[in-house]
Amino acid sequence: MSEKRTVYLDNNATTMVDPEVVKAMLPYFTEYYGNASSMHDLAIEPARAVAEARHKIAEYVGAEYDSEIIFTSCATESDSTAIYSAIECNPEKREIITTPVEHPAILRVLDHLEEDRGYKITKLHVDSKGRLDLDEYKKALNSNVALVTCMWANNETGNIYPVTEMAHLAHEQGIMFHSDGVQAMGKVDMDLKSTDIDMLSFSGHKLHAPKGIGVFYLKRSCRFRPFLRGGHQESGRRAGTENVPYIVGLGKACELSGQHVGYMRSEIKRLRDRLEQGILAKVPDCFVTGDPDNRSANTSNIAFQFVEGEGILLKLNEYGICASSGSACTSGSLDPSHVMKAMGIPFTAAHGTIRFSLSRFTTEADIDYTVEKVPEIIAELRSFSPYWRKDGSGGSESFDPNYGQGKGAEFKK
Amino acid sequence: MWNYSDKVKDHFFHPRNAKVLEDANGVGDVGSISCGDALRLMIKVDPKTNIITDAGFQTFGCGSAIASSSALTEMIKGKTVDEALKITNKDIADYLDGLPPQKMHCSVMGREALHAAVANYRGESWEESHEESPLICKCFGVDEAKIVQNIRANSLKTVEDVTNYTKAGGACGGCREKIEKILDKFWKGGYEGRYVEDFVSRDRFEKAQAKNGKVSLSDHYVQHRDHPYWDKVEKVLDEMRPGLEQDGGNVELIDVADDKILIRLYGACLGCFMSEMTLSYVQAQVDKALGKHVPLELVEPDLNGTGEAN
Repeated sequence: MSEKRTVYLDNNATTMVDPEVVKAMLPYFTEYYGNASSMHDLAIEPARAVAEARHKIAEYVGAEYDSEIIFTSCATESDSTAIYSAIECNPEKREIITTPVEHPAILRVLDHLEEDRGYKITKLHVDSKGRLDLDEYKKALNSNVALVTCMWANNETGNIYPVTEMAHLAHEQGIMFHSDGVQAMGKVDMDLKSTDIDMLSFSGHKLHAPKGIGVFYLKRSCRFRPFLRGGHQESGRRAGTENVPYIVGLGKACELSGQHVGYMRSEIKRLRDRLEQGILAKVPDCFVTGDPDNRSANTSNIAFQFVEGEGILLKLNEYGICASSGSACTSGSLDPSHVMKAMGIPFTAAHGTIRFSLSRFTTEADIDYTVEKVPEIIAELRSFSPYWRKDGSGGSESFDPNYGQGKGAEFKK
Repeated sequence: MWNYSDKVKDHFFHPRNAKVLEDANGVGDVGSISCGDALRLMIKVDPKTNIITDAGFQTFGCGSAIASSSALTEMIKGKTVDEALKITNKDIADYLDGLPPQKMHCSVMGREALHAAVANYRGESWEESHEESPLICKCFGVDEAKIVQNIRANSLKTVEDVTNYTKAGGACGGCREKIEKILDKFWKGGYEGRYVEDFVSRDRFEKAQAKNGKVSLSDHYVQHRDHPYWDKVEKVLDEMRPGLEQDGGNVELIDVADDKILIRLYGACLGCFMSEMTLSYVQAQVDKALGKHVPLELVEPDLNGTGEAN
């Protein structure tokens, strides 16, 4: 078997660790292995390296103080930290405002608060492009709200949300504001000190640092209750021995990401557009989901009508192309993408959504190879889809299957 | 990435009979909206012999839905309509060397399409009435319906009870919180009228409950009680029962044949790490009673009323 080519277009899922990041981390495993909190000489270099990384990251996000950066194990931990802190700080307030397109790290926690603790969870609506209505948001803000949490960029569509404006509106009413920034890092301008964003979550592995390291940004003026209590690490705000090599790696990754912001905006965007336009030109009955005018430069989410996403992914994988899908069948939960559902994408298209997400390691050859393979894959799967008509009119009106009742029936028109 | 068998991959990458059958005289269209699958099955039946001479399918769905459709068309070709109707979704999954538990519903869709196509051929109308039920235990593929039915039928009160009866929660334990919530909801009356008619018919329910307070699996199988082995095996099991019951378990004889004996372990026997030992002990006693080795086969618990895994 000839060596299989790998084209990695799943960078919103995770990224390759930059070799420079690995190089920066290695000494902190074997040479400078001391506990950064110890009193002896072996703590000196780890403590210095952690401080340096903290400073780099503070600069990267535009924090006013280095101490506003708190290291965690992942963005999910940071998200939970933000939510539980906000409700503990505001025990009398019983409502949280969010959007229907958040990551499960937010939504499942809020579901839990709703079901088991009686919180009112207000989910703002999004339109067919996934955009929020700020008038609806303004009307929703009230004195009972403990927290507003809204992602900065969406993982599936790349949509960018107006968090700066939303945070400002929340502060006017004395409401805490948190943003899940995981997919925004290195893709949007970030200067947290000039915003009213109180808390921000992100993780290393989406920006070429390893998995297992996250950041919780906490504005100095924001009240806080720790999620993990214990040792005095992170000034008592997040107990647990500092993960020195990973913190160093994340510092390096943020430094590199900061240097590539321009490249992301120009070259990566050019490649993304080349991919998208190439596919749209060659494949009938497909469309871009989300808001093409306002999304991160590396993401393209295309809905291929009348075919199902898992089949597309399996065939892409045969060609070594790695992407992901909003189809029900590709998630362990079997639920179709809540993001596509919220945008009202018809299910025959929602199940056929494919997300391509690029990184600074993506090449033009990768893109051209993908543009070459996708049309034949879609044509092949459509050739035996009952919804597909070969005359190009799209969809078979005569195909009206008998659906089981119950769950999911609301999908049926 | 799903762990698909080579056979599933083969049928996905090289689907058999993925075609429109122009001269079909039976067409079945079914779909499952929550998992985004839909299937049109076309069959050509020779009216004289009732033999399915050709079959074709069109599927909108994931890899296992396409593979299940492909497998189904291969399995029914050459069979009479009545023979084909005996194909269960488990048969389809077995033909493909198994499907991941989360994907078993793909084989259910194939079977439903077959029933719809046959109904269409016979000029009957066909209504799918099953209620789609969320999968709770991913390790053993147990859905909410099955858990609720078991709680109802057996007055189960704890997660442990549910695990003993359905296996749900018996492996990784990730679904135990959900099971707790189902139990809580059930005993607060939250499932009244749900997951009853569609899955376990009421008369079977009442019959079984009148018998021993439990829904018995034997109601789902044709039993060969006149087979010479039946009484002998039953006697062996009767002798062992007190011991098993002491440990919170039980055993039921489902059916016998010349070359196999179907039994089911209940309660604490189920999912117990000792069940292998229990089984080999039962096997030894049965062999002794019959004077020869007839392999025991364990029937998996299933109360969805179809006699098949779901």
